[in-house]
Amino acid sequence: MSRPKALLMDATQMNRALSRIAHEIIERNKGTEQVALVGIRRRGIPLAQRLAARLKAFEGREVPVGSLDITLYRDDLSELASLPVVHKSEVNFKLPGRVVVLVDDVIYTGRTARAALDALLDIGRPAAIQLAVLVDRGHRELPIRPDYVGKNVPTSRRERVEVHVTEIDGEDFVALYDNE
Amino acid sequence: MPGLKRKDILGLREMTVEEIDLILNTAEALKDLATRPVKKVPTLRGKAIVTLFYENSTRTAKSFELAAKYLGADVIHVSAATSSVQKGETLKDTARNLEAMGVDAVVVRHSMGGAPHLLARSLRASVINAGDGIHEHPTQGLLDMLTIRQKKGGFKGLKVAIVGDSYHSRVARSNIYGLTKYGAEVWLAGPSTLLAQGFEEYGVRTTTRVEEALEGADVVNVLRLQLERQEKGLFPTVAEYHRFWGVTAERLRLAKPDVLLMHPGPMNRGVEIATAVADGPQSVITEQVTNGVAVRMALLYLLLGGGEAA
Repeated sequence: MSRPKALLMDATQMNRALSRIAHEIIERNKGTEQVALVGIRRRGIPLAQRLAARLKAFEGREVPVGSLDITLYRDDLSELASLPVVHKSEVNFKLPGRVVVLVDDVIYTGRTARAALDALLDIGRPAAIQLAVLVDRGHRELPIRPDYVGKNVPTSRRERVEVHVTEIDGEDFVALYDNE
Repeated sequence: MPGLKRKDILGLREMTVEEIDLILNTAEALKDLATRPVKKVPTLRGKAIVTLFYENSTRTAKSFELAAKYLGADVIHVSAATSSVQKGETLKDTARNLEAMGVDAVVVRHSMGGAPHLLARSLRASVINAGDGIHEHPTQGLLDMLTIRQKKGGFKGLKVAIVGDSYHSRVARSNIYGLTKYGAEVWLAGPSTLLAQGFEEYGVRTTTRVEEALEGADVVNVLRLQLERQEKGLFPTVAEYHRFWGVTAERLRLAKPDVLLMHPGPMNRGVEIATAVADGPQSVITEQVTNGVAVRMALLYLLLGGGEAA
């Protein structure tokens, strides 16, 4: 693993950003009655769970959490040298009438979000879909804009943003790396 | 890294445990697709698959067809009985012509063992063996393994009784190759004239007494008596076959209470399997069919999903 060239967020900043996003979700949707969270594999899932815990703490209501594997909906499968492993998507609640907040760690080209939209709409028809990301690093290739952003980070295409979460990586931080 | 490092799926004999794990895990992830309101995903959009069948089949052919369609591929079916094979065209020529039309994968069933291997060598397209003579039926072996793994959590130390005409059975052979790689204890039971030979090196035990194989079994896989492949004199009559080797409720009581009762279909009810058993609480025959679609989706994804380098 190469050394980061800049630390973008530490654990405290990540926590604050998630708390702010949780408040924004509540404010925008006038509570959490209709809200459900769906994390995009892999690091969107623990982030969705953390947001759900905050929504519960702030509003006193359990919010359903699901997970989405977008592999089958990727538009670059035929260009990948190694085939991604397919995992299950688990959305164990009814979508009609729900406002689903898709949660991912980083938004870049927007292609993952596009695939997630298609994957979710094949499972059902929610009342609305919103998008929350911890980091927006720019360089969109599709007309997609997140509704909730933890931090905007101007990057070059030669750089790479990595979000580390304790649930998967053992610690919480966001850092910028140079692509070799 | 993931993806299968092979172009074709010809049999379980040459596959590694890692490859089988990858296929079963992928099938597990894809299984729920078939129960969704929208069953189609765009993963293999633009790919073309042909099922080329020189023997009759409903289950396997339709299972492949649905698997391909759920993944968004186009699929056509060619049956030897209604094609240019009737005009004397060879297997190789038929397959080459299909490849010339742009198919990415050929799923082939043939009465001759090794026919898929011949095609695999002469085509750039992927070849999947859907049953070749009495040799192998890898997708059936894999779906049987997926069903066992779901119910039992694994294979190691399980007593698996394969009952009936194992001699003519490609299903039995694929099961033996797959299950013994994981340390299952495989038994073959049936009339001595219909027992597959030569599997001692895989640790397979054989017996002519069904009761011995069923005693304490975790899994009972009942084979179809392949009436179309029988020469004269291998067993006296169908009724006598049932009396000595049929899996009945009474015999099944020798197995563990939570035994899995499997059958690759189509069943000859009242011959190799009693109706009460086939429809009984231990039967997972319907789950096998469901898992068949999942396993075939997994194989098509793993073979056709990636780019040139995969």
